[in-house]
Amino acid sequence: MPAIEKQEATSEEIEMPWNVIVHNDPVNLMSYVTMVFQRIFGYPRERAEKHMLEVHHNGRSILWSGVRERAELYVQQLHGYLLLATIEKIG
Amino acid sequence: MEICRQNEALEIRELDPFLAELLRQIPESAQPKDSPAAEERLFSPPAAPEEKVLCAEWKLYVVPELRRLFQSATETVREDLQQLRCTDKPFANCTLRIPMAHADAWLSALNQARLAIAATYQFSDHELCDHYRSPLGSRRDLSLFQVNFYGFLQEFILREMEGND
Repeated sequence: MPAIEKQEATSEEIEMPWNVIVHNDPVNLMSYVTMVFQRIFGYPRERAEKHMLEVHHNGRSILWSGVRERAELYVQQLHGYLLLATIEKIG
Repeated sequence: MEICRQNEALEIRELDPFLAELLRQIPESAQPKDSPAAEERLFSPPAAPEEKVLCAEWKLYVVPELRRLFQSATETVREDLQQLRCTDKPFANCTLRIPMAHADAWLSALNQARLAIAATYQFSDHELCDHYRSPLGSRRDLSLFQVNFYGFLQEFILREMEGND
């Protein structure tokens, strides 16, 4: 019999159905949005700017994906900075 | 008007009575009060309307916390603005000193005010990019000027905060 390879998934991978999305709004300053992404997600400036520009040009950007509880916490923090953010189930 | 960094504070000098009045209006402008559009923008839903339970729980538990957070920032700004009372010389230019420790509160209050005003007046993208429109035409023009003036202050604060890092 062929050996069955045991694959272990972390609980985060098992329950991974939520995206944190930031939506465009014409009032928030680009520099402000970049600073917020750096603060909340700890992203380096280049990555934060990439997401900010994605929001600006495409209307939205997925900032993070993972378990629902953490996604909700991120959205709460983003709302604390007055960004338009939602969580969305993947798939 | 002159704006500069002075050690651990930002100083806005030579502030004429018109701009001083716009600054005094920050705390009030940040309160959505009679504007459902502003209330909706400051306390936007966390998910699509189909997520009924999440949206309901959010209103119940998260919105009051956000309200407290925004209120606290606005109160800090209101206290700093006491410097602009200048009651003895109502038409004299004033100076406002914002401690860098209050920079986050100022960014929040300015943002609350800009978003609330923009939502109330439903400014278009085109209007928001019009930085040269005179504030003297109508209440709407004045409000647009207010949004842009507050945005200018935000940019300055952000630049100074970045310099701190």
